[in-house]
Amino acid sequence: MLEIKNLVKKFDDRTIINNLSVRVEDNEILAVVGPSGAGKTTLLRCITGLEKVNSGKFFWNGEEFDPSKMDQKNSLVGVVFQDYQLFPNLTVLDNIMLAPKLVKKMDNEVIKKTALDLLSRLGLEGKETLYPYQLSGGQKQRVALVRALAMDPKVLCYDEPTSALDPELRDEVAKIIVDLKSRELQMTQIVVTHDMEFAEKIADNILKVEQLS
Amino acid sequence: MLDYMSQILPALLSGTKMTLSIFFWTLIISIPLGAIVGLGLISKFKPLVWIINLYVWLMRGTPLLLQLIFVFYGLPIVGIIFQRYDAALFAFILNYTAYFAEIFRGGFQSVPNGQFESARVLRLSYPQTIRYIVIPQVFKIVLPSIGNEVINLIKDSSLVYVIGLGDLLRAGNVATARDVTLVPLIMVGAIYLILTAVCTIVLKVLEKRSSVWR
Repeated sequence: MLEIKNLVKKFDDRTIINNLSVRVEDNEILAVVGPSGAGKTTLLRCITGLEKVNSGKFFWNGEEFDPSKMDQKNSLVGVVFQDYQLFPNLTVLDNIMLAPKLVKKMDNEVIKKTALDLLSRLGLEGKETLYPYQLSGGQKQRVALVRALAMDPKVLCYDEPTSALDPELRDEVAKIIVDLKSRELQMTQIVVTHDMEFAEKIADNILKVEQLS
Repeated sequence: MLDYMSQILPALLSGTKMTLSIFFWTLIISIPLGAIVGLGLISKFKPLVWIINLYVWLMRGTPLLLQLIFVFYGLPIVGIIFQRYDAALFAFILNYTAYFAEIFRGGFQSVPNGQFESARVLRLSYPQTIRYIVIPQVFKIVLPSIGNEVINLIKDSSLVYVIGLGDLLRAGNVATARDVTLVPLIMVGAIYLILTAVCTIVLKVLEKRSSVWR
């Protein structure tokens, strides 16, 4: 269970998130919706430790943690970025295997088997030797998802996962997110989106955020 | 004519050996150094950036010829004495590192911030991010500019003549002055052209190899 208490995030004098508290259960899908500039992505960046918070606390199963202290052992949170941010110089397989190999020091063969299995489950069999530029937007997003999953995160965050996709691919992404919940991963998923219809389709709970005046 | 050419060829090849020696050692040392100094140029530690900027400004703002003379003839005045070859290498490395640093700075700055963030959430350390993600991307970006500098370096190596080192140009010049003929200088030009052609081919191969991804 992920719990955030009294989160405050400011950029200079501008308050983006003001005293937000939220709890997300294991295996829950939380959608964070709201207009542009309301702080959805900032919230996600705070959870992933990419932004330092001004105040507030984070707890995982009751134990406090600091997302901004990203040591190599802490792989609690995974992210699928809006623009995927795959490494263009690495093949699909290397994109997925790099972090487990370097960070988790996992055995090459074990990671490769896991990666190929995940790729196959997400309909990407045969794509492992391709480079990111050879993939479509939807394929890149699934590779980004597999890359995050390969680190076995307890919380998986998505930043606007449907923003660049056509309606057909949007349904496919929704299916993947819901399908991950149905597996025995017990993984918490947080989906930042401006698409209310998509949020209602996938989420157990919806957190609506608004722009502070 | 052919007899004369074969007669002066050993001297020219000996000069070529010196030219290549300066070329290789400068390249091998100043490219990695340039990458490190280039990283320093994008550091958030401002005093480091100021110091490196001053160094780059000095090296790029003054002629390499002056730097060579300064190192070999100037520094002994303050008690720092270099052998001719060491002085040449020292001046070339200092000079070329500055140029490469500026090229690498541009390269590092063109890697999107999202790549660093992506590596960070995957828990890669900073050195791992630089080695596996950033350097390969930067290498591809800077390769054409590095290529220009490599070609320049071959030609610039002729400047060691000023501190009395027996490079290719000096060998040709000596033969021309002694035998009053243009042939040695034409041969020197041909050897420089061969060297630059080889470098161009190697650079093209490297560019082709790095174009497997975009």
